[in-house]
Amino acid sequence: MFQAESYSMTKKTIIQKLSILADAAKYDASCASSGTSKRNSVGKSGIGSTEGMGICHAYAPDGRCISLLKILLTNFCIYDCRYCVNRSSSNVERARFTPEEVVSLTLDFYKRNYIEGLFLSSGIIRSPDYTMEQLVEVARSLREDHGFRGYIHLKTIAEADPALIDAAGRHADRLSVNVELPTDESLSSYAPEKTGQTIRKAMADVKSGIDDRKDAAKSRLIKKARPPGFAPGGQSTQMIVGADGTNDATILTTSSRLYAGYGLKRVYYSAYSPVPDASSDLPPIKPPLIREHRLYQADWMCRFYGFEASEVVSATTDGMLDLSIDPKLAWALANRAHFPVDVNRASRRDLLRVPGLGPKTVKRIIAARRHGRLRLDGLAKLTRSIRTALPFIVAADWSPGGLTDEAGLRQRFTPPPEQLSLFA
Amino acid sequence: MIEVELQSETDFEGWRVAARKLCAAQIRPAQISWRLPGQAGSLFGGDSRLDQLEPVREVRATKPFLDLARKIVCYRDEQRFDRLYSALFKLQSAPHILSHRLDADTDWLMSAQKAIRRDIHKMHAFVRFRKAGESVDGREHYAAWFEPTHRITTLGAPFFRRRFPNMNWVIVTPEASAMWDGSDLTYGPGGRREDVPSDDSVEDQWKTYFQAIFNPARLKVSAMTSEMPKKYWKNMPEAALIPDMIASAQARTRQMQDEAVTAPTLLSSRLAERHQAQRQGPETPQTLEEARKAILHCTRCSLHCHASQPVFGEGPARARIMIVGEQPGDQEDIAGKPFVGPAGKVLDGALEQAGIERSAVYVTNAVKHFKFTPRGKRRMHAKPNAGEIDHCRWWLDLERAQVDPAVTVALGATALRGVLGKSVKVGDVRGTVIDLGNRGQLVPTIHPSYLLRLPDKGLRAEQEAMFIDDLARAARLAA
Repeated sequence: MFQAESYSMTKKTIIQKLSILADAAKYDASCASSGTSKRNSVGKSGIGSTEGMGICHAYAPDGRCISLLKILLTNFCIYDCRYCVNRSSSNVERARFTPEEVVSLTLDFYKRNYIEGLFLSSGIIRSPDYTMEQLVEVARSLREDHGFRGYIHLKTIAEADPALIDAAGRHADRLSVNVELPTDESLSSYAPEKTGQTIRKAMADVKSGIDDRKDAAKSRLIKKARPPGFAPGGQSTQMIVGADGTNDATILTTSSRLYAGYGLKRVYYSAYSPVPDASSDLPPIKPPLIREHRLYQADWMCRFYGFEASEVVSATTDGMLDLSIDPKLAWALANRAHFPVDVNRASRRDLLRVPGLGPKTVKRIIAARRHGRLRLDGLAKLTRSIRTALPFIVAADWSPGGLTDEAGLRQRFTPPPEQLSLFA
Repeated sequence: MIEVELQSETDFEGWRVAARKLCAAQIRPAQISWRLPGQAGSLFGGDSRLDQLEPVREVRATKPFLDLARKIVCYRDEQRFDRLYSALFKLQSAPHILSHRLDADTDWLMSAQKAIRRDIHKMHAFVRFRKAGESVDGREHYAAWFEPTHRITTLGAPFFRRRFPNMNWVIVTPEASAMWDGSDLTYGPGGRREDVPSDDSVEDQWKTYFQAIFNPARLKVSAMTSEMPKKYWKNMPEAALIPDMIASAQARTRQMQDEAVTAPTLLSSRLAERHQAQRQGPETPQTLEEARKAILHCTRCSLHCHASQPVFGEGPARARIMIVGEQPGDQEDIAGKPFVGPAGKVLDGALEQAGIERSAVYVTNAVKHFKFTPRGKRRMHAKPNAGEIDHCRWWLDLERAQVDPAVTVALGATALRGVLGKSVKVGDVRGTVIDLGNRGQLVPTIHPSYLLRLPDKGLRAEQEAMFIDDLARAARLAA
């Protein structure tokens, strides 16, 4: 086999490698460290704990949380995915960590309380199996040689042997394989070595692992005999937004299929962002950050507000979410027959559909109803976005009258046009 | 006015003992003044009156309230003891007062609790240890200087014991310090920044990481400062880099956009050639094993765009009986094997009843990819259309030619179309045996998922018996 990693290599320092391999990893949006099993090191050898809630140990000026040491084992890659900074045709500088170097860095950072753990990914070197073996070795060493109980997120390499995925699941809290592009057609245009099916197959293998462990845990006879865990933090994926021409409706439909099929914890949306030495197929653009934000909101609607993706999609224009208002408001404006909703009588499901009311507020409203009928001043204490909700609710002292059906209602929520930034 | 003297800024016990007596004597909140060390006393005198109070009622304090109170005393606000007493007073007649967000005291306490939680969380996040040395046994020592907003050192420190029990550490704050020596977590007086080491060899690596993980094309300073307010920056080594990172972001982004496109690496063209060569498989697979590999690249219909994998047939290559189902379901799509889900269990049961070993039968589907529509957290089965069935016949024909079974059992209308190439109603042909010429005989029957959908138990038992009869007939024909 071809050895991509032997291609140009002078000895680099840890700092040089870190600089290259963190830079190469930053286009992966995920940095979550939450939702895994709770554990700590009290009375044991080793180091580390997880307490359910993730911790962001720092924030970079891009507003992103830094929770994990997010690096690639190497940015050498035999694949040529056009959107990727590490594609084989790019002339970016290359580097490679040894598994031992990643282990030391992780422990050094962890002991100083810089991080919750490690998110390790890699370019594909030699073969998917070889690459996956290397990733698993880092996780194994951290867990078995050093008693590390912090968070580990490993990238699942599509087409890697299911036995390697199984080993990865035993050591990692979370596994992820990125679909990157929302349709199989886009993948074949921009990522010639990948297919949607092999990516979904990798997700299916992870799901099998998680389900098997759940079944084993359920059917055990002795309560204490807990089977070894498998990726207790679940699996996630990422889609790049704006690299290809796919619209929001297709992206959201793809997400809903992935959530339904593989029990994903999260789909991350990552606005396509200029990379050093970009491919001529995908010229650098300004990352569509607002679009990314709207997609996250739409995703939230499906996960926490009880909407089906098809409902969210029905309120798009030409398959695109409205950039100037949030998608829940857009849905409400397009479905005014559902409103107004009486905050003193409505069900949780109906309250969740009111613009401005989130799951926490709805819980508070339902709790507060036990103490008496809600008026606007009371509501204002329960939510900060009462103004958004006004046209869509009835309270003890408030009825929106004709406001709900007013033709110009949308304008009330859109900011006046702004002078565009020169840097566009 | 009754004045109560507290021993420290966070004197929960002092407050609790006094509050219990006051509340038992039904002293109204407005009549009490809580005095902290260092505050001048008033003319009315101190605690002496506390002991003279006559209890007139039992005082009840729920555990959630006491847990809340322990946190609230750490809140840096003068009202904290008054608010707590006021809530305790109300609690006596309104046991659910803490769930009543519209009550002014509850609202205040909840906001305070939120601020405390956030401050503890930020302590867990932003404490930066520096290595202070090692014991002779190799045990590492670390120290950190931290400035919390509220007096939360004792609330925040146990986290570090759970995380780092095998290193010695000390967290020094202006008002208190927490120390862990491997067996005890102790608290002491506050200290100064100079009490902890001024540097750590790993900080340069951390700063390198912080700079490299930042994407200058996505500058969002307010998103950063809302989660990492500037007040914390002075004790975070990486924060010193932030102003330069912000200042250079625009130029760095512009440079990436303006850079001329470079020629692809030599390596990539060689890799692309090799990849192209690998893709060229044999045109028509000659064996079941070749077909199993070739179908991975099948794009005859669009179903491959959403399924996880094609589910090819399974069983002996020379089986006497071939069972053809409709399409893989949710579980088959995940496992990559036919009939492993609920319908598969029904089939297994019926085969056993009919005296057929599943391992002796070749089991496959008319359509090899799962077709579905997502609904919430589930994928709902969708019926394959005639076009999809007909495209997939290419594979079914290949399997039938290779296995060459004496008897084929078609489960349901989709399977019938897959075998016969035309639409036939199951009801019209059920109970008959169709001659397939040089391809043996065909036994048409229902799909086992039909049994799962029958709500009436009697009808289901009747249909199940017929299904087993059909399978038994196939077994006799194949014998």
